[in-house]
Amino acid sequence: MSITFITFALIKALPGDPVLSLVGERANPETIERIKKQIGSDKDFLSQFLGYVGLLLKGELGRSHYTQRDVAKDIMEKFPNTIELAFGAMVIAVPFGIMLGFISAIYRGRFFDRLASIIAVGGISLPVFWIGLILMYFFSLYLKWLPPSGTGSIRFIILPAITLSLPAAASIARVARTTMLDIVEQPFIKTAKAKGLKNRDILFKHILKNALIPLITLIGLDFGSYLNGAVLTETIFGWDGIGRFMMEGIIKRDYPVVMGCLLVGTSAFVLINIAVDMIYHYLDPRVRINESAK
Amino acid sequence: MKALNKIAVGILALIVLASVFAPLITKYDSVKIDLDSIKISPDSKHLFGTDNKGRDIFSRVLYGGRFSLSIAFIAGIFSLSIGLAVGLLSGYYGKKIDMVVMMFVDLVLSFPSLLLAIGISVLFPPGIFTVVIAITTVGWASFARLIRGHVLSLKEQPFIEAARSIGCSDIRIILVHLLPNCLPLSFVFLGLKLGGYLLTESALSFLGLGVQPPMPTWGSIISLNRIYISSAPWTIVFAGLAIVLTVMCFNIIGDALRDKLDYASSGFHSINSKIKYQKSKLWKKIFSN
Repeated sequence: MSITFITFALIKALPGDPVLSLVGERANPETIERIKKQIGSDKDFLSQFLGYVGLLLKGELGRSHYTQRDVAKDIMEKFPNTIELAFGAMVIAVPFGIMLGFISAIYRGRFFDRLASIIAVGGISLPVFWIGLILMYFFSLYLKWLPPSGTGSIRFIILPAITLSLPAAASIARVARTTMLDIVEQPFIKTAKAKGLKNRDILFKHILKNALIPLITLIGLDFGSYLNGAVLTETIFGWDGIGRFMMEGIIKRDYPVVMGCLLVGTSAFVLINIAVDMIYHYLDPRVRINESAK
Repeated sequence: MKALNKIAVGILALIVLASVFAPLITKYDSVKIDLDSIKISPDSKHLFGTDNKGRDIFSRVLYGGRFSLSIAFIAGIFSLSIGLAVGLLSGYYGKKIDMVVMMFVDLVLSFPSLLLAIGISVLFPPGIFTVVIAITTVGWASFARLIRGHVLSLKEQPFIEAARSIGCSDIRIILVHLLPNCLPLSFVFLGLKLGGYLLTESALSFLGLGVQPPMPTWGSIISLNRIYISSAPWTIVFAGLAIVLTVMCFNIIGDALRDKLDYASSGFHSINSKIKYQKSKLWKKIFSN
């Protein structure tokens, strides 16, 4: 609710009159009045806000000032594309990140570890819009292997998904490395070794399983931010998701569109955080024990 | 890894100095249009080539660094100051103030940060201050939360109790006893965050919400030359490299500072605090018999 209010207040404070950008500067006053009535911007702020909340309660997001299309319907159409892109990025980022992190933890202090940590710092320092353009230049314009932009078959998703996954893979690798090094210091690893377990069993059963807990938190948070952070990637690659939809809305001052995208994006982000908390609770018995002790 | 830290400091110093002394380094104007030298690929005269309006990319990158770096620094200092003030007050007084303040902090942090920054920056006419405001609005909250947590743990320590029992006022305790104890932590955190602020700044400029053309920033150089990517790729390569290098240096230095602080005090939460300074190799540790 508070998110709704703040985004609403923010959006309404936008400079630029939606009516003027809709009909152009030279429209006659009567047309302007008529359109103002139609989109409801002749009323004061509070009644506009209450009207919007009323719409939300009915499960609607209003209509676009431009196309008169139902925003909720448009978002429902575009949201799966964004989720698809986010999943594509995860599929690339998670295995690569975890592998890079664990291998560099195993070779700690050696050449590979140093190389991997420089690569990882590089990864979190990449501006996605730049690396996206560079990848697009190399793979679609120079080598002509993949289409530069658009939505559609699996060939279209490869470049944007790689672009989106690079920073995430890097941050997963960093956390995976430190987590694994941290777990090795724990007494239960010593116990496992004292019991005479095989090295392979220690690595997979004790270290990997425990390392997954903080990693899932990170992956969940990343996934949530992809649903939103895709604004840049979607804009560059012309991917028909809510990120690009929102960017177009901002440029055209199409408030219902911007509102709808912000609301859906932020709610998705919050919901995923809650889901991550629950999974965490399920995976880590220590959290449960601590809470029941209280 | 000490050598890497030194290299990072060196490169960062070089980039900052090159931006500050841009007029001494390059003889080309970063804004003036020169239609006789359009889209020249990099050569000895134009080190990074020229763009579609004949402007030298090298000087645009140097001058762009002035905007990009100063915006990141100013926004960082603002976030730090606001976060420090809010965190100190909320951590020290606790109770209702703390509750309300933390609610705001949680609210800000529950927004995806880039979306919030975009939302804020469309509110104001584009320019340096808009970007600074946008980054600060997003940035102060994590400082506030960090400092508040630190203050909560400091408050329990004997020297604060001692100060209170000899009759120090609240303001004196906050300014003389708590503030100096929070400064190292907040500067290290600033080091970790600056790279992110620079990335946000360049993303906003890329979307056209930052400093307006013809003034260059690293983000807007990339954005303006995007459409010429197939005929003149050098126009976007170098500005991007400048961003990557700078942010990388910030991150490497930030990590190094954090590890140092971790080692010196246990007040800062980090996963790798204990292990960082143990010399033995992991491989031997797990797998030696």
